[in-house]
Amino acid sequence: MLRFVLTRVGLVIPTFLGIILLTFILIRLVPGDPVQVRVGERGITEERRLALLHEMGLDRPLHVQFFDYVGGVLQGDLGISIITKKPVMVEFLTLFPATLELAFFAILFAASIGLPLGVIAAVRRGSAFDHTVMGLSLTGYSMPIFWWGLLLILLFSVDLGWTPVAKRLSDDYFVDQVTGFMLIDTLLSDDPMNEGSFLDALHHLILPTVVLGTVPLAVIARMTRSAMLEVLGEDYIRTARAKGLGSIRVVAVHALRNALVPVVTVIGLQVGTLMGGAILTETVFSWPGIGKWLVESIGRRDYPALQGGVLVIAALVMTVNLAVDLLYGLLNPRIRHRR
Amino acid sequence: MPLLEIRNLAVEFQTHRGPFRAVDGVDLTLEPGELLGVVGESGSGKSVTMLAVMGLIAWPGKVTADVMRFDGIDLMSLSDSDRRKIVGKDIAMIFQEPMTSLNPSFSVGYQIMETLAVHEGGSRRERRRRTIELLEQVGIPAAASRLDSFPHQLSGGMCQRVMIAMAIACNPKLLIADEPTTALDVTIQAQILDLLVSLSRERNMAMVLITHDMGVVAETAQRVMVMYASQQVEEQPAERLFEQPRHPYTAALLEALPERALEKRLNTIPGVVPGIADRPSGCVFNPRCNFAQERCRIEQPLLEPKLGARVRCHFPIRGDVS
Ligand SMILES: Nc1ncnc2c1ncn2[C@@H]1O[C@H](COP(=O)(O)OP(=O)(O)OP(=O)(O)O)[C@@H](O)[C@H]1O
Ligand SMILES: [Mg+2]
Repeated sequence: MLRFVLTRVGLVIPTFLGIILLTFILIRLVPGDPVQVRVGERGITEERRLALLHEMGLDRPLHVQFFDYVGGVLQGDLGISIITKKPVMVEFLTLFPATLELAFFAILFAASIGLPLGVIAAVRRGSAFDHTVMGLSLTGYSMPIFWWGLLLILLFSVDLGWTPVAKRLSDDYFVDQVTGFMLIDTLLSDDPMNEGSFLDALHHLILPTVVLGTVPLAVIARMTRSAMLEVLGEDYIRTARAKGLGSIRVVAVHALRNALVPVVTVIGLQVGTLMGGAILTETVFSWPGIGKWLVESIGRRDYPALQGGVLVIAALVMTVNLAVDLLYGLLNPRIRHRR
Repeated sequence: MPLLEIRNLAVEFQTHRGPFRAVDGVDLTLEPGELLGVVGESGSGKSVTMLAVMGLIAWPGKVTADVMRFDGIDLMSLSDSDRRKIVGKDIAMIFQEPMTSLNPSFSVGYQIMETLAVHEGGSRRERRRRTIELLEQVGIPAAASRLDSFPHQLSGGMCQRVMIAMAIACNPKLLIADEPTTALDVTIQAQILDLLVSLSRERNMAMVLITHDMGVVAETAQRVMVMYASQQVEEQPAERLFEQPRHPYTAALLEALPERALEKRLNTIPGVVPGIADRPSGCVFNPRCNFAQERCRIEQPLLEPKLGARVRCHFPIRGDVS
């Protein structure tokens, strides 16, 4: 197990170097620089522009900038945002809870619907229910998130007026950021003006959760179904039936327990996809999280913010994937007890 | 009253080539405590017959029978939930592959205690005590320390002992053992077989022992049922069957036994068991039968008492053939 962890960690270093290099180059390939983007149409004297670039350290040769950046990263310093002048790490940590909250609910939504759908589809294999679920999940899987989000907003927010269009909270409330998780902060707030803000926050979560959770939902449903189908054909399922156990117990305990191993792995590996989805979802819903921040950073050519944000997200995704592999071992007694 | 009574059992599966009768016309009566051997080549329907008794034939498989009664209870008209009160408790079954027949995700202790919990209830402590006792009865050393073991930590023989412990947990009246030793080492096979036979004797527990091995049948069974291509072709008390088989297929099976081979060469039955699609008309065995006549190719024989046996043959063997 230790060896396994070490090999995986060993792979992390080159991956990181690749990501650092890639983000560094890609953002600079986008035409324009931070100063040009900020002044926009107004224009600026060439002299002043160079002075500002010099201030930001962007007039140095690229390789100097790169090694300066890498040196900072190695010391845990992601640099300072060009626009806000705040440390990138601080910015990230302020915005990250919003993304985490959304991602958490999206996965919860996807798992709590996808698991039962997959299980029932497997048990009723070949039935109309099975075909419907698999058809829908194929649709969900290939749903363009941007379009799907706008569609839901049009239907539920614009036409029906059931859900808010954007943001995490109505403008009537002013909730101090304590944890950064809106559902917790609204509960912590004892200002009488903020009564009802918790439900308001929940209300704001619904559509983004559905939009971000759609692809994982489809993946989880399909994966659960195929894992269950495999497990249901195993000898020990016949044994469980021969013991006189009820069919619910056979499926929910004996089969699901074994099918869960690949399913949990898939859920964990969805985290990378989820981050990509979060960028789009946050943009559609003006959700003030990491995704929206990254997109805005591209627009402002905020090189340090973008480089740092992508790097931290990559680190998180890799950590989660590693954790999933370890969890896989924990869930699977054949691996857990190997010495 | 017989413990198990079956008349005209048939099991039909839907295959992409149309319906297929995996079991066709099995009649069986089993007395309490009796040990019945079921033999026949692979694919002859032995397992499916017994799975039907257990109610384990899944849809779209279809089970029909004129009579299927266990201990006075009509199994055919039983609801699923009532059947589950009998299956696992009064009728238990163990299978060919002990390693894969246990759930890899649960400890063996849990799996035995689960059976007890479902059928007998009782306190947790009581179940634990019973489980240790059961493991001891099936000859697992240091039983208490084995409760928390997972199946993959045990050998095949040990897994089969655990399966047996699970099967006898609620003192069943009938134990069905479907080739319980086929997957095990030769040295372990005899031990497991001895264990099963002695459990059956001690507890007056009837047992159906499915096997390919005529030698095993000779050593253990009181009565033998022979199956061929979905059909029951012969049934006799073991001793008489070995002395005087009535069906040409049984005779050929016995001649194939190494210790019976008259010459050095091992006798095998020419031809193969007909598959799903190519069941012959008339007697299913006629293409391979040395004694087949015109009638055998046209008219299907019935399972009838003839010459002191129950045999499905127009021309059962009369004299001594071996
Ligand atoms: N669920 C099923 N659907 C379709 N056909 C089946 C099914 N289960 C069994 N069969 C078929 O029924 C026939 C009898 O199978 P069965 O398992 O009873 O044979 P067996 O006598 O136990 O053979 P073996 O000695 O190899 O265990 C086989 O041809 C098998 O392919
Ligand atoms: Mg079989």
